[in-house]
Amino acid sequence: MKVVVMGCGRVGAALAAELSSEGNDVVVLDNDPSAFRFLPDDFRGTTYVGNGMDMDVLEKIRVGDADAFVSTTRGDNRNVMAAQMAKHVFGVKVVATRVFDPLREEMYRNMGLRTINPTRVQAKRLKHVLEAPSDEAAHELVAEFMRQEDA
Amino acid sequence: MTTIDAKRGMYIIVVGGGNVGFHLAKELVEANHEVLLIEEDPQRAKDIADELGDIVLDGDGCEASILERAGTARADMLLAVTGEDQNNLVACQVAKQRFNVARTVARINDPKNEQFFRKLEVDITVSATSAIMAHIEQELPTHHLSVLVKLKGSGLELVEVRIPEDSRVVNQPVRTIMLPYQSMVVLVVGEDGLPKVPSGETVIHAGDEVVAVTLHESEEQLRDALLAPAPARSF
Repeated sequence: MKVVVMGCGRVGAALAAELSSEGNDVVVLDNDPSAFRFLPDDFRGTTYVGNGMDMDVLEKIRVGDADAFVSTTRGDNRNVMAAQMAKHVFGVKVVATRVFDPLREEMYRNMGLRTINPTRVQAKRLKHVLEAPSDEAAHELVAEFMRQEDA
Repeated sequence: MTTIDAKRGMYIIVVGGGNVGFHLAKELVEANHEVLLIEEDPQRAKDIADELGDIVLDGDGCEASILERAGTARADMLLAVTGEDQNNLVACQVAKQRFNVARTVARINDPKNEQFFRKLEVDITVSATSAIMAHIEQELPTHHLSVLVKLKGSGLELVEVRIPEDSRVVNQPVRTIMLPYQSMVVLVVGEDGLPKVPSGETVIHAGDEVVAVTLHESEEQLRDALLAPAPARSF
């Protein structure tokens, strides 16, 4: 499967690395070449310096051939614009994006994008960790969260 | 009193208080519209309020809560004119989706985004880049088709071409031109500089300026119909 990941922050890089290690053909896009430092040394996908909201860039990396597109930059608006471009201009079937603003997240979900809002989940988890009766209990909670993610 | 009420224009929300947003808000106020300008930078918002009065809301115009406070549901129009295309797109989409604003306008920097934006929730796109390019193209002696004006809503536009000597339509009557769907030749200006509303029998000459109405997506076909050279004849 060919997957384009826009935004090579910690999340984008971890996602790209995992998809690549599973044998997918991964292209990671970022405006800032130094962002690729987050990728592991054995990353086998392609890195491309460019703006994922620029049609010429998307054309160049042949987003039209991709099976999936995911945007994980720090900007909600950048993420949803690029995701909609991939979906509506280049016809990518599966498009996922991260949106920090819960209201915008809900709206774009209703408009047909696969969206994820990390804000609410993280706030809730942080609260649990904060309210744990001891440091050990807090560490155990975090480990439990990780196990749930891996499952 | 009623006359003043009738004169009262629309309620227009301007998102983005840069140079474009500022001057736009100022002009709209002078034209008697009810205007609210939304600006993210508190200092800039204050500066504009000092100059234009109490018509500025400090906040992010892409956020539903801010648009709620702005009374977007009763707005006739929302103009998103920040310097970033993605912010303008999202402001228009939130205005449409959540507040049902009748008309949304987005300023665009990258002209390639125009069609894409209009496919989504943006009714009108305005691009300084395209406008300037259109002027340059009009000045060029090449066989370009330049867009003069886009008609509201319908997707139709008025375009202008100068007929080159080798065009297949030279010395042909208008009725023989294979025009694309929903396209019409509406005006022909001959060498004498006189405008003429053509009939089917009007003959096109090299150097004529032709104004036509067409759909944006038919531009290429129209260009081909009017500008392509006559096919070489085989004897």
